[in-house]
Amino acid sequence: MAVVFKKTEMLTDTPLHYCPGCTHGIAHRLVAEALEELGLKGKVVGIAPVGCAVFAYKYFNCDMQEAAHGRAPAVATGIKLTNPDNIVFAYQGDGDLASIGMAEIVHAAARGVNITVIFINNAIYGMTGGQMAPTTLLGQKATTCPAGRDAKVNGNPIRVSEMLATLDGPSFIARCSLADVPNIKKAKKAILQAFRNQIDGKGFSFVELLSTCPTNWHMSPVKALDYVKNEMTAQYPLGVFKEVK
Amino acid sequence: MAERKLMKGNEAIAEAAVRGGCRFYAGYPITPQNEIPEYMSWRLPQVGGHFIQAESEIAAINMVYGSAGAGGRAMTSSSSPGVSLKQEGISYICGAELPCVIINMVRSGPGLGGIQPAQGDYFQAVKGGGHGDYRMLVYGPCSVQECVNLVYDAFDKAEKYRLPVMILGDGMLGQIMEAVTLPDMKDPATFPKKPWATTGEGFGASRRVVNSLYIVPDELEEMNHKLQKVYDDMCANETMFEEYLTEDAEVVVTAYGTVARIAKSAVDLLRTKGVKAGLFRPITLYPFPKDALSDLAAQASVKKFVAVELSMGQYVEDVKLIVAGRKPVEFFNRTGGNVMSPEDIVDFVCKEA
Amino acid sequence: MAKITINKEACKGCGLCVSVCPKQILRVSPTTSNNQGYFVVEETDPEKCIGCAFCATMCPDCVITVER
Repeated sequence: MAVVFKKTEMLTDTPLHYCPGCTHGIAHRLVAEALEELGLKGKVVGIAPVGCAVFAYKYFNCDMQEAAHGRAPAVATGIKLTNPDNIVFAYQGDGDLASIGMAEIVHAAARGVNITVIFINNAIYGMTGGQMAPTTLLGQKATTCPAGRDAKVNGNPIRVSEMLATLDGPSFIARCSLADVPNIKKAKKAILQAFRNQIDGKGFSFVELLSTCPTNWHMSPVKALDYVKNEMTAQYPLGVFKEVK
Repeated sequence: MAERKLMKGNEAIAEAAVRGGCRFYAGYPITPQNEIPEYMSWRLPQVGGHFIQAESEIAAINMVYGSAGAGGRAMTSSSSPGVSLKQEGISYICGAELPCVIINMVRSGPGLGGIQPAQGDYFQAVKGGGHGDYRMLVYGPCSVQECVNLVYDAFDKAEKYRLPVMILGDGMLGQIMEAVTLPDMKDPATFPKKPWATTGEGFGASRRVVNSLYIVPDELEEMNHKLQKVYDDMCANETMFEEYLTEDAEVVVTAYGTVARIAKSAVDLLRTKGVKAGLFRPITLYPFPKDALSDLAAQASVKKFVAVELSMGQYVEDVKLIVAGRKPVEFFNRTGGNVMSPEDIVDFVCKEA
Repeated sequence: MAKITINKEACKGCGLCVSVCPKQILRVSPTTSNNQGYFVVEETDPEKCIGCAFCATMCPDCVITVER
């Protein structure tokens, strides 16, 4: 019998600190597998955000830098311009990217900096205990909108992929979901495509991954997958929004 | 090849940085330092470097963080409000032990303030404007040539101690033109190796991580003590100052940066009036030249100190701290962008006499 | 024939694998827990495993290795 599935060497042996059933772990695995399959071992630098993935530098088996909250695209830009031969990826959450770091991601995309950004959208601030994020759905409860997000008071959720797709810099923008096996496989393809674009020098590539937060959504891990499949996907349609051939 | 040129302060700083090995610059427009990014935008590509106009001063300092963490010689520049925006990034850079160069051509504040020269960022620069206990090597140059000399070696110093080097200039220094001698382009082969830099080869045990997160208190405490050793070492080896006619001085005028040049003229004027004046000028603002100033405070001939500053009184506090009451320390200042003349200082010293 | 190996210590008992196993041969053990205190996943009918790796694909902690 042959091994058909095993943990990739591009993940370290450090156990993930994520909550049980949190799909951050799946996202980590997909990125790491992509790095392995593309032969990027020893050529890649990753940037960890501030948020639940703040410890990502312990998990990705490559050189890593820890960025200040929201600033990963800027840090990635500095790295990429300094060592253009490196493959550089930033791994960010929705608070990190779409709130405090919105200027950084928009300008990195507009510049078309040849980096890859993995954007975990779980519609909540996880590490800090469940506050509303820019991607929190209308009506969704969070610790800073306990009665449910109200557009008049809390503004509207932001569809980041579509927004960035209006810019000319990006070469690839896709939104995928981690809610079930078929979608996870599609997400893997998208992540591979994003890194290939970087390898081929096509410029800024971006994959948004709809993800769960069982703890702060107050749902079981399996029920949280349904929430992604139904409510989240309704607000954040899946697909490729930009693709430069 | 060393060159003699008439250059504007801001441009001389940019050229000195390039000759000192800078190959990455991220900046943002803000008066009175705009010539630095402008100069870098065409000069860096000539030497295979990278210029980027960032979307904000915050983005710029974080780009410098990334570049420095990847082993690059990286620089950013700004002026007061922009430098305030960089404070978090500076704290991260210190926490991650990264070398870089930061230029602050100070302008009058607070708030939007003005665009004329000032020295109201002294506390921010030397006491640490960001969070946590950290320090930078902070220089207060007083001439365009001194800017060139200090910036030229700034990257070597930054890499020696793995921390930011800040040039605390002012709008005047940035805008005046003076003849300067430009040193030769440094050879990158001479730069120290950076085994800690994230150059991509890391895997498994050889992984490099640039990080300032220490979630275990003992580890962070240990880190803080390690940084303090670096700062102590820096104090022992990098302190720089100038003394002028202090041997028999009764009145010691003390100031830094361009104000020190004005004060030197005042000292000369005072001497013609028979007043035994001298000048004490720190070149490193951190580490502050404590011993030298303390010796002057103990010197019998010295009757008093006059601290001269373009602020409401920041540098003067450190003077008082070190003089420690042994002699009176008076304070003469202008602010808002106004600059005193040598005669103003003379009048102040004589009036008080 | 197919087989999975479960790294019990890494399992957090989240149940995602259980929810996607097409043969319904996984469950979170009601009795066996690991050093972290999680009840860990276990196979109920190992022979029925078809090696599809759905469980491993769904696992956030790379707990499952699949052979076929």
